[in-house]
Amino acid sequence: MSDHDHDDGDHHQGPPSDLALRVAALESLLVEKGLVDPAALDALVDTYEHRIGPRNGAKVVARAWVDPAYKTRLLTDATAAIAELGFGGLQGEHMIAVENTPKVHNLVVCTLCSCYPLPILGLPPVWYKSAPYRSRAVLDPRGVLAEFGLTLDPETEIRVWDSTAEIRYLVVPERPAGTEHLSEEQLAELVTRDSMIGVARAKPAEARDRA
Amino acid sequence: MNGVHDMGGMHGMGPIQPEHEEPVFHARWEARVFAIVRAMGAWGKWNIDASRHQRELIPPAQYLQMSYYEKWLAGLLELMVKKELVTREEIATGRASMTAPPKAQPALTAGKVASLTAKGSPANRALREAPLFQPGDIIRTRNINPVGHTRLPRYARAKRGVIDRVHGAFVFPDTNAAFQGENPQHLYSVRFCARELWGEQAGARDCVYLDLWESYFEPCRTHNNSS
Repeated sequence: MSDHDHDDGDHHQGPPSDLALRVAALESLLVEKGLVDPAALDALVDTYEHRIGPRNGAKVVARAWVDPAYKTRLLTDATAAIAELGFGGLQGEHMIAVENTPKVHNLVVCTLCSCYPLPILGLPPVWYKSAPYRSRAVLDPRGVLAEFGLTLDPETEIRVWDSTAEIRYLVVPERPAGTEHLSEEQLAELVTRDSMIGVARAKPAEARDRA
Repeated sequence: MNGVHDMGGMHGMGPIQPEHEEPVFHARWEARVFAIVRAMGAWGKWNIDASRHQRELIPPAQYLQMSYYEKWLAGLLELMVKKELVTREEIATGRASMTAPPKAQPALTAGKVASLTAKGSPANRALREAPLFQPGDIIRTRNINPVGHTRLPRYARAKRGVIDRVHGAFVFPDTNAAFQGENPQHLYSVRFCARELWGEQAGARDCVYLDLWESYFEPCRTHNNSS
């Protein structure tokens, strides 16, 4: 069995040209029947390629790092706190934020499909939607984190959040040490998508100093 | 249904393969499938639970081989045929039959996209009944094996957990997916010790939280008076 047998990506199997033709034919059929507006499809694609993505979530986390009152609101009513920054809507209607600390590490998965907080993280990466992550995140979170290069103190409690309903989860990673001098905008640059899923820490301060 | 989509706890699926600088879509057809699914959903002929269930019905061997947007495409085609928006013949030929005149206007026009994504579709509902459980209550999940859609994964059936949060009442996917009504029920965040789910091999401090509907629990309630 090759490593690719269970890859959920499209780049290892099936002739994409065939799929491309089928999808193009379907789109033109649906347009002909008045069922879809191609301009609406363009707008949807543009929204998720260019307007909605993990930079939104990074702004939320950076605000929580610099503003304790905001962090309290975020951990109490994440949907409202995220809306304060102008984010929300489809697949982020009901948000909960969970905070990583030296003693607690949070990790988000959807074992049954691929639920993901779209308004703050955009569309999920292929690995998040794939069998290897969905099967093992709940069973062996430490092994999964090690695969991402993150080894936690054995004393750290791991909380895995399986998104089985319409509640969507944002992990607030720990603020890296030595970032007291950074502005909110600079801090946001340290907040990666993976750190908000819980498979990584935020980037260290040096990552920005080097840049 | 006890399908292969219910993956929590399975072995042998291989290593996780993160992709550096991953694009939002890997091909134009993926982007079009994503958008067509959203645009067709706007007709209101099905709901998110029915969409999920339709993808669960993909035979297991195919499910594991198909990419994410191939599954979306397969599910969409079945739903459109079931709801008589297109025929199989139309899909096969790519040409509209003359039996149904074209719709005057698509349900989702470009001007409505911003509001669709900004508003979303909240799944919480008003419910007269008070929740039966409170934070700290110990529950046991039921051992159910329905042939239809459910959001109680196999790994969390007949397990003991503690109510962590009360979310309010939400659309019940098990009936909504089958077009048998929203039947809102109270939804809870439930904390399960990893060892309750996986046995001694699991970390003593680790836990898994699931969002579960009231009818997934055994009816008897135990107050957690000891803690």
